[in-house]
Amino acid sequence: MPSTSDGTGPADRRAEAPPPRPASPPPAAERTGEAAAPPAPPAQEVISAEIAQTRQEYLKAVEGGGPRLDHPPRAYPPYRSSILRHPRQPLVAVRDPDAVELTGPVFGVTDVTELDADLTRRHAGEPLGERIRVTGRVLDGDGRPVRGQLVEIWQANAAGRYAHQRDQHPAPLDPNFTGAGRCLTDDEGRYAFTTIRPGAYPWRNHDNAWRPAHIHFSLFGAAFTQRLVTQMYFPGDPLFPFDPIMQSVTDDAARERLVARYEHDLSTPEWSLGYRWDIVLSGPAATWMEEGR
Amino acid sequence: MTPPPVPPVPPVPGTPRAEALAAAGERPPPTPSQTVGPFYGYALPFAKGGDMAPAGHPDTITVHGRVHDGAGQPIPDALLEFWQPAPDGSRAGAPGSLRRDPVTGEIVGRHGVDFTGFGRVATDADGHYTLRTLPPGGVPYISVCVFARGLLHHLFTRVYLPGPAGAGDPAADPLLASLPPRRRATLLAAPEGEKTYRFDIRLQGDGAHEETVFLDFG
Repeated sequence: MPSTSDGTGPADRRAEAPPPRPASPPPAAERTGEAAAPPAPPAQEVISAEIAQTRQEYLKAVEGGGPRLDHPPRAYPPYRSSILRHPRQPLVAVRDPDAVELTGPVFGVTDVTELDADLTRRHAGEPLGERIRVTGRVLDGDGRPVRGQLVEIWQANAAGRYAHQRDQHPAPLDPNFTGAGRCLTDDEGRYAFTTIRPGAYPWRNHDNAWRPAHIHFSLFGAAFTQRLVTQMYFPGDPLFPFDPIMQSVTDDAARERLVARYEHDLSTPEWSLGYRWDIVLSGPAATWMEEGR
Repeated sequence: MTPPPVPPVPPVPGTPRAEALAAAGERPPPTPSQTVGPFYGYALPFAKGGDMAPAGHPDTITVHGRVHDGAGQPIPDALLEFWQPAPDGSRAGAPGSLRRDPVTGEIVGRHGVDFTGFGRVATDADGHYTLRTLPPGGVPYISVCVFARGLLHHLFTRVYLPGPAGAGDPAADPLLASLPPRRRATLLAAPEGEKTYRFDIRLQGDGAHEETVFLDFG
């Protein structure tokens, strides 16, 4: 091994070694750059067995008269990072009609620019990848449109890499793609983004862990109680059954609601493919705030 | 040379459209939550996101603290959002939290005349956040929404401000009154010098410290 200064510094090793294969990082690190720990990460079979078990337990609970769950449980051990990051105490119910959370933040034309909704036009050149249009409506729990509210998205590039310094997946960055966008919903609750289809990428929850392609969404409703951050998936992705984050939604019907549908009429000839994804926010709002939103 | 007849297109499997359900008079079921993940940093945090108070406003209060996990470790990739009434008690909020420079598109911060009531701060490498705001009008608390890698569904809590910073008496607050003292203490910001308050958030108890009270609004 050719020696520079002392020849043993981590920088030297990094320069000489091939990119580290993500086989021995700590299981909970999730590509965060946290220090490597010795224990071997669990195999996909172990995670898949845990996923199957939690689903069976949920189905049994529903058969026994338990409630159907629209959201993932915060404690979901197959997603290793959830283990130390969920409360063990039950949530405290607040049913105060004067609670501040029954109202929420508002946004307007000062908060977005027209370019924000087109993630392919943020740089001098065109990003690589499959150009897509993603559109749908944001509705409240009664099916009414959420008007004039902020929708934010972020995603990996076509190669499956985020424009984030802590993402060290050895896939290329795209100088013409950052992957963040914003828009306001219109009077019908519609949003629309032009972007490229993100790639799948590896993460370090377990050995050979791969996230299905997804776009992160952040949504505001008529009240702070309706706040939602979620992920949109693409139909037919073979990685669905292996992914503990998607499978954390243990209810089969609820999990389906995370998947956009391909709509041929939303595709533009010689330009882009179209996907539709409607989003429904739940949570109470102050009735006096309903008009004018 | 006519092309063969096109067979009927089979229905596309996938999500039932919430729009269609709503049109049929059915309540559409909610879209499930998913974790914010580790890489929201170039999309969600914005310049001066934690500076809700106009620069130099004499009534400005500082609320700061750390977010911890169940091992007591600081969480360097949590995102906190704050929502509160204006000092005059208005809950209408105002646009402009992410006010943009029309030339560059850069976020330039609030213009300082309207109080938007909304703040957003990502924790730093030490799990720490800082919020500079004005005292909420009419209530003794600031609402908080917590997101983090590893957290599959966000959590709500409240920062209760003692004394003149919070309107009204926290002891008279129905939520605080309903909690045993050890739990109640997790919602009380600790005064730390003039107009500065400490508020730590513990997503899970670590044995030595009580887990923060998190709220369900139904």
